[in-house]
Amino acid sequence: MELEYSIEGGDFSKAGLASSEVKKILKQVNIKPEIIKRIAVAMYEAEVNVVAHAYQGKMLVNIDPSKVYIRFEDEGPGIENIDQAMQEGFSTASEAVRQMGFGAGMGLPNMKKNVDEFFVGSVVGKGTTVELTTYIK
Amino acid sequence: MKLKDIIETLSLRVICGEEHLENELTGGYCSDLLSDVMGNSQEGHVWVTIQVHKNIVAVAALKELSAILLVKGLMPPNETIKAAIEQGIPILQTNETAFEVAGKLYNLIQQS
Repeated sequence: MELEYSIEGGDFSKAGLASSEVKKILKQVNIKPEIIKRIAVAMYEAEVNVVAHAYQGKMLVNIDPSKVYIRFEDEGPGIENIDQAMQEGFSTASEAVRQMGFGAGMGLPNMKKNVDEFFVGSVVGKGTTVELTTYIK
Repeated sequence: MKLKDIIETLSLRVICGEEHLENELTGGYCSDLLSDVMGNSQEGHVWVTIQVHKNIVAVAALKELSAILLVKGLMPPNETIKAAIEQGIPILQTNETAFEVAGKLYNLIQQS
């Protein structure tokens, strides 16, 4: 099963909608609740990152009998130093975003902790790709 | 312990979600950082926070929390209430600070 959602950069009123939709579908296809919970944390963080940092992006979901693979592709400023971005507490979020309780520098580490395979690649000035893979068997 | 039990004992106001007050409470989490709540709260927790914007509902729904408890008499904007009703997340409110109400909640839940 393949699904695609678009994510609007800067629009916090819709942040989390795509993740909620995907979570419902994961429940419908009978993936174990404890696995769904982990995927939900990771994909929400990735979705919020697109909203908080990029101009626009998309979320591609591929569900097969062995795994759930989710790829986020965005057009945005990209990440200058991925090692630094992976450190808990490091964030480049704006003051406005931080006041909402986002931008605590926990997003990327939360993603990594909650999936089996995690990849982040970025081209400064172009955008960022995040891949989340979870094995369900 | 059920949500209605803490509402009664701690005199909490129910802003929305009256039909979900039979929700079981497994514990609580106290934080204003959304990623912290995403990463560390557990299903069935009551979430104590000062954040009132709409995104708290998405976090509570994704984590299947039993309720959001706003402190210091903070009122959520209408769009937050609307989202909470749609997602079936009760929003509660107290005039106390997070420290005060979390202490009382902790004792109540420990005793149950």
